[in-house]
Amino acid sequence: MRITVSSVYVDDQDKALRFYTDVLGFVKKTDVPAGEYRWLTVVSPEQPDGVELLLEPTGHPAAKTYKEALVADGIPFTSFAVDDVRSEFDRLRGLGVAFVQEPAEMGPVTTAVFDDTCGNLIQIASQA
Amino acid sequence: MSAVSGAVALDSRLMPAMTADVPMRGPLHRSPSLTCKYGLAYCDGRMGDLLYRALADATRRTILDELADRDGQTLFEICTRLAMKHNIGASRQAISQHLDVLEAAGLVRTERSGRYKFHHLDTAPLEEISERWPMPSATKETNR
Repeated sequence: MRITVSSVYVDDQDKALRFYTDVLGFVKKTDVPAGEYRWLTVVSPEQPDGVELLLEPTGHPAAKTYKEALVADGIPFTSFAVDDVRSEFDRLRGLGVAFVQEPAEMGPVTTAVFDDTCGNLIQIASQA
Repeated sequence: MSAVSGAVALDSRLMPAMTADVPMRGPLHRSPSLTCKYGLAYCDGRMGDLLYRALADATRRTILDELADRDGQTLFEICTRLAMKHNIGASRQAISQHLDVLEAAGLVRTERSGRYKFHHLDTAPLEEISERWPMPSATKETNR
């Protein structure tokens, strides 16, 4: 058994694809029609055969409630690894990304949290 | 600005529990001739109880330390700092309750910004302590 896909719930797949590729720098891996929506995944260019991130529509009403509750308490939906949180923070902020937590040392790791414009907060982390 | 708005929010929340002889804190409610009396009443009244109770807990003091390190944090950031930097294993609900106690004492203010909620440190209530038990003045220090 292997983990090949993980997902984030996004409120708009087109907008999400733009943000996760143009801004974050991931690349599109799969894009096939799936009923009302698309099976739409991106991967890290550093690991083209690595785990795919599914940009999954926030179709179920409970998913919307869940996302809003997480955001209200500042809780990230998921976390991505970066080499250096501070330089990634500078790069993303330069692209207009809104951070709710600027880089902070949290024991053995440094983390920051930003808004993915699709209804989620996302954490980035690197070894401190 | 922050002290005044904090006092207003506090006053409205505590109004039912407050009695008429407990004055409100803050520059708007303080007349010069009554400064001392107002300070003492604050410390010994319901607000004073809330202040000292809020400070009498190590986790709550650590929360204030972390907000002093960086002001304006989400609940998640506060919880992460307590867990990762201080090995405090309290639940999110418990931390949230600690924040409620700090907010009732006027030491923490919350601010909504869009869909986010940030917690800010407000040290204004601590003024009442140094007013009541003043530090030795700078002149005395140098004469010593």
